[in-house]
Amino acid sequence: MRWIWIDRFTAFESGKSATAIKNVSLAEDHFREHFPGYPVMPAPLILEGLAQTGGILVGEARQFREKVVLAKIPQAQFLREVYAGETLTYHASILTLRDEGASVQCSAWVGNETIVQTEIFFAHLDQARSGAIFGDKNFVFTGGLKDMLGLSKLTPNG
Amino acid sequence: MTKDDIYQKVAATLVDALNVDEDQVTPSATLQGDLGAESIDFLDIVFRLEREFNVKIPREELFPESIFQGDPNLVQNGRVTEKGLAELREKMPYADLSEFEKNPTMEAIGDLFTVDLIVRYLQGKLGVAA
Repeated sequence: MRWIWIDRFTAFESGKSATAIKNVSLAEDHFREHFPGYPVMPAPLILEGLAQTGGILVGEARQFREKVVLAKIPQAQFLREVYAGETLTYHASILTLRDEGASVQCSAWVGNETIVQTEIFFAHLDQARSGAIFGDKNFVFTGGLKDMLGLSKLTPNG
Repeated sequence: MTKDDIYQKVAATLVDALNVDEDQVTPSATLQGDLGAESIDFLDIVFRLEREFNVKIPREELFPESIFQGDPNLVQNGRVTEKGLAELREKMPYADLSEFEKNPTMEAIGDLFTVDLIVRYLQGKLGVAA
């Protein structure tokens, strides 16, 4: 299963900020049950999209050497629901990046309407926990996540 | 900046980081016991304090972890040894160890980390008189 909740990066400044879009499609499985007759994008999947935008930003800043894991979202208040057929824009900018992890300011919007603004805290797994108990393989940036950056270079005539 | 200014900023930082109510944050509140902080929160708090006060807080400085790592010279049978206490005094001169020294168990170490401890640490860091 592909667990990728962004469609394309539209801007990327290494170590600083990233913008990605997500086209919300009724074909996505979750709409079958969330909710029958009232297709609303589940808020946790919006957070996942933000976390992937921010996580790739943080990972790329250290050349994907670190295992970047979502450690905490202190609070997130959603201002409105997002429906099938809308396009979400995700923006992430790094507030702090150091050996143990990173803190990222994130926001999502549709058109000119803000959906959520939040902060996401990522840990560098091996650095935040002493001893590399998870081994050398970087299990975070597999399954196509790392490829998302290359995908942003695809153009219709490219 | 006065000590009270530092306290107000620290309190606001903890409200944001730990999602607690303002009235829960008091000088003697313990981060873990009273405010529900978990290990990852300590790192988040350090990052926020750095931004808020524009200071560098190196790893192990505000919240030293080495004494928690089970070094038999520092901790024996769940109690902090004399050497361990000396280490704490050296690494955390801003901590009030008077209560802890009476019964220095590992369980009680968490109680050292209070709101006031952060304020005193920052006072030293920023050179603000008590």
